[in-house]
Amino acid sequence: MTDTSTAADTAGPAPMEPRHAAALDTLRGTLGDAVLASHSQRGELWIRVHHEVWQRAGYALRDELGCRWFDFLSAIDWLPSPFGRDMDAEQDWPAGGPPPRDTTISHGVAGGETRLQVLARVQAIEDNPGGENLAVILKADLPNENPAIETWIPVYAGANWHEREAWEMFGIAFGGHPDLRHIYLPGHFEGNPLRKDFPLLARRVKPWPGIVDVEDMPSATEAQA
Amino acid sequence: MSVTEREQRAFIAAAAADARVNVELETEGMTLNIGPQHPATHGTLRIVARLDGEQVVAAEPVMGYMHRGYEKLAEVRTYPQVTTLINRIDWLGSFANEVPFILAAEQLMEVEAPPRAAWIRTILFELSRLANISLFLGDMGVQLGAITPVFFAFRDREFVLNQIEAVTGGRFHPNFDRIGGLKDDLPKGWIDETRGVMVKMRGFCDELEDLLMGNEIFEARTRGVGVIPADIALSYGLSGANLRASGVDWDMRRDNPCGLVHDQVDWKVWTHPDGDSFARYWVRLQETREAISIVEQLLDGLPGGPVMAKVPVIIKVPAGEAYVATENPLGVMGYYVVSKGDLGPFRVKIRSASFNNVSVVPWVMRGVYVPDVITILASLYFILGDIDR
Repeated sequence: MTDTSTAADTAGPAPMEPRHAAALDTLRGTLGDAVLASHSQRGELWIRVHHEVWQRAGYALRDELGCRWFDFLSAIDWLPSPFGRDMDAEQDWPAGGPPPRDTTISHGVAGGETRLQVLARVQAIEDNPGGENLAVILKADLPNENPAIETWIPVYAGANWHEREAWEMFGIAFGGHPDLRHIYLPGHFEGNPLRKDFPLLARRVKPWPGIVDVEDMPSATEAQA
Repeated sequence: MSVTEREQRAFIAAAAADARVNVELETEGMTLNIGPQHPATHGTLRIVARLDGEQVVAAEPVMGYMHRGYEKLAEVRTYPQVTTLINRIDWLGSFANEVPFILAAEQLMEVEAPPRAAWIRTILFELSRLANISLFLGDMGVQLGAITPVFFAFRDREFVLNQIEAVTGGRFHPNFDRIGGLKDDLPKGWIDETRGVMVKMRGFCDELEDLLMGNEIFEARTRGVGVIPADIALSYGLSGANLRASGVDWDMRRDNPCGLVHDQVDWKVWTHPDGDSFARYWVRLQETREAISIVEQLLDGLPGGPVMAKVPVIIKVPAGEAYVATENPLGVMGYYVVSKGDLGPFRVKIRSASFNNVSVVPWVMRGVYVPDVITILASLYFILGDIDR
């Protein structure tokens, strides 16, 4: 995955839908240079903003673009998993051992600069029942050291639980969140399970069987006997 | 008994009565723990309610008793293997869970299912909705003390599950959807049987309407209880019938059909302006009838042809990102799939309907009476697997 999509709004392969271009212009008018990149694909508009304007971008989406419906908020850890297929059964390896891991970080649509990215999706659904509704997926890069970002609770009340989940799973601090505590995991849990460098212990203690899991057909066993 | 003694006793009685009144006035707050194993919570959801007398001051759902980490597990599985996991998210309408994920993978691969597969997908999708919502229609009665509806619901849901089982081989976890189409075609005689089942389901809806609508207890316990205004519903990301019961006219099946064929048939999106428990029940009842009509129309117009597009045996999904959401029985369910061109997804964000629907609980429970906690929870209609994932 290359970073070509960073410039999708100017030199991308497909021209941007007019409503997406208009929405992007509105957001640029409010946030200025903090709008870093964008990408339009199959009715979805991705916009990457600077993490310092995260909350302002939320207000702009809600009040200026009419995206009042909150869909979800989450994060992506772009670090390739350091746990490759070395724990797979030997039969599943290609000749010469487990395949080498590519450890360079590469980003998805609308690009990125750092390892952790917050993303949220909101949609304008009331104005145009039965028609095309603007949906925006907002992304923001987080600093590698102490990833933190402003909370979206004043903008979308529903962000509360989503931010608790992202805090627990990725270790992202949401500034201004009144109630950052575990939502799924027990209170004494340490670590951030959805980070790529958090091992999936079930896989580490017992190799994934893969193709060796397939039992022989009864006729095959009889033939061997 | 002398006069003084009688006076004394009267004085003591009056003082005691005073004391009782005082005790009632100076109510102390108490914390009521509902669940995690409470029959009304459909699973292991725990609600900690802070009470003042009979009123709830604050209610806080505690989740995670069923967290299975599907987002992490999906990262170490191949695309076809992921459907096995996501079947278990909303276990009453399992087939509907598979559809948006498969559609997202198809979008990344730029594969399109043949028309017949898309139609059968939509039929099974709506049958999942019938199997799922029929249980809600009965269960809501139980929470209000009416036992009969739930027996009707379990009786008639069985017919729908039989039809799903006849196609997929699984009553609850079909695992039938494939990238590029479906595993198999419909069995012989299935279409006529399903028409018969749809007639039975129509009767089920009428029976429940007779039993509950207009019933004095039902109306008293649901009208004006747990009102969620439209702007609150929007900012909490409510979806499905919960959103439409607050008067927002939005249904992904009509507004964003992506891959399913709901736009080929004639049906109506129902909304209700009240936003209370009654509205949520009423909208779901009408939706069940619409789902029956959708299935009947789809059976009439089912096109011929293959049910599987040409896809490679080993599925590698090209690098990219896609988000596909569909209108599942519980609300909008979406998958944000990030692919790096491997056999399995790099990251899957599961946007499940119940998680957002239940996040409104702390808001809506403020100031309600204790018995209404249960009815409001029931009317929001969640499945625990859909909250905890």
